[in-house]
Amino acid sequence: MADGTHGNQGDDGSSERPPVSEAALSARLTHLDERLSALRNERDIRSARQGNEKQNASAKASAMARGFRLSSELVAGVVVGAVIGWGIDRLLSTSPWGLVVFFLLGFVAGVLNLMRAAGVAPGDNSDRS
Amino acid sequence: MADPIHQFEIHKIFTLGHIGNQEIAFTNSSAYMFGAVAIVSLLMIGGSAGRRLIPDRIQSLAELSYEFVGNTLRDSVGDEGMKFFPFVFSLFMFILTANLIGIIPYTFTVTSHIIITLCLALMVFLTVLLYGLYKNGLGFFKLFVPHGIPIYILPLIVVIEVISFLSRPVSHSVRLFANMLAGHITLKVFAGFVTSLSALGLVGVAGSLLPLAMTTALTALELLVAFLQAYVFTILTCIYLNDALHPGH
Repeated sequence: MADGTHGNQGDDGSSERPPVSEAALSARLTHLDERLSALRNERDIRSARQGNEKQNASAKASAMARGFRLSSELVAGVVVGAVIGWGIDRLLSTSPWGLVVFFLLGFVAGVLNLMRAAGVAPGDNSDRS
Repeated sequence: MADPIHQFEIHKIFTLGHIGNQEIAFTNSSAYMFGAVAIVSLLMIGGSAGRRLIPDRIQSLAELSYEFVGNTLRDSVGDEGMKFFPFVFSLFMFILTANLIGIIPYTFTVTSHIIITLCLALMVFLTVLLYGLYKNGLGFFKLFVPHGIPIYILPLIVVIEVISFLSRPVSHSVRLFANMLAGHITLKVFAGFVTSLSALGLVGVAGSLLPLAMTTALTALELLVAFLQAYVFTILTCIYLNDALHPGH
């Protein structure tokens, strides 16, 4: 807008006909305002659309990360339970009862982890990823 | 076809010495770890050297990464968690840089080895355990005893909670390692299709356009996964640290 007024003054070069140039100026200003607001609307719409697309992509990516997270929580619980059971069997030679019991407990712990990570069960870690 | 596992091989560069019969060698993995640390240090030192009011590119990169990790930590742990900021920030920057270096062709991906990720996860696990015990004393064990549980199933619940707690470093490390390993193998296999197909002649060259497009798309996906896994590792670290500061949920 500043450019427009500058150009106008430079073109006229004189202050002898202030009423005419002022009227022309205000007309040009309103015209410019209209064009600017039209452009701005268009750009807003376009950037909003781009923002949506970006959000979609990141939502998909974070859904994948979430899937990985949930599956690894379950597997980790089962594996740790099985390892503890196997260790108890080895130390106390209670085979196979330690493995049987702790495998099942590990599965329960894995499901608990999974539900906590998904934010279904009340727990410390709500899902933020 | 090129061997997709070849990229994960460890080579000895030189030997540092022996502990017992075990050779302590400086490997390509160590070299890439040093490289990642050097890049992070250069970025942070170079970024904070200018102290411009209007940041230039490197400074704004450094500021962005600081604010990103700082906000993540503050959101999940609260203001008293900021004493762990150096630890969490180093973890995030190291993993992110190592992941990103790994995407460059012919490089070695440090985080695709479970020993590295397990080390990082155990570091977090031990920090949570030791700091939790130091800060809360025996009150830390309230973590394993949820409220409102009838006394007769309490022992069972405690065992389950302990297993759940012990499984944290496993899932924490396997996630990062598996993502990086699987992504790089997939990329290599698809890239291998391109060369073996184009050896078949004109039809093969035309057909190899498909895996080539796939490889390009996968590279972009890997870039995303590299960032995302560093972020997931960081946010889980924050969640676990929250347990150390505020047990008894």
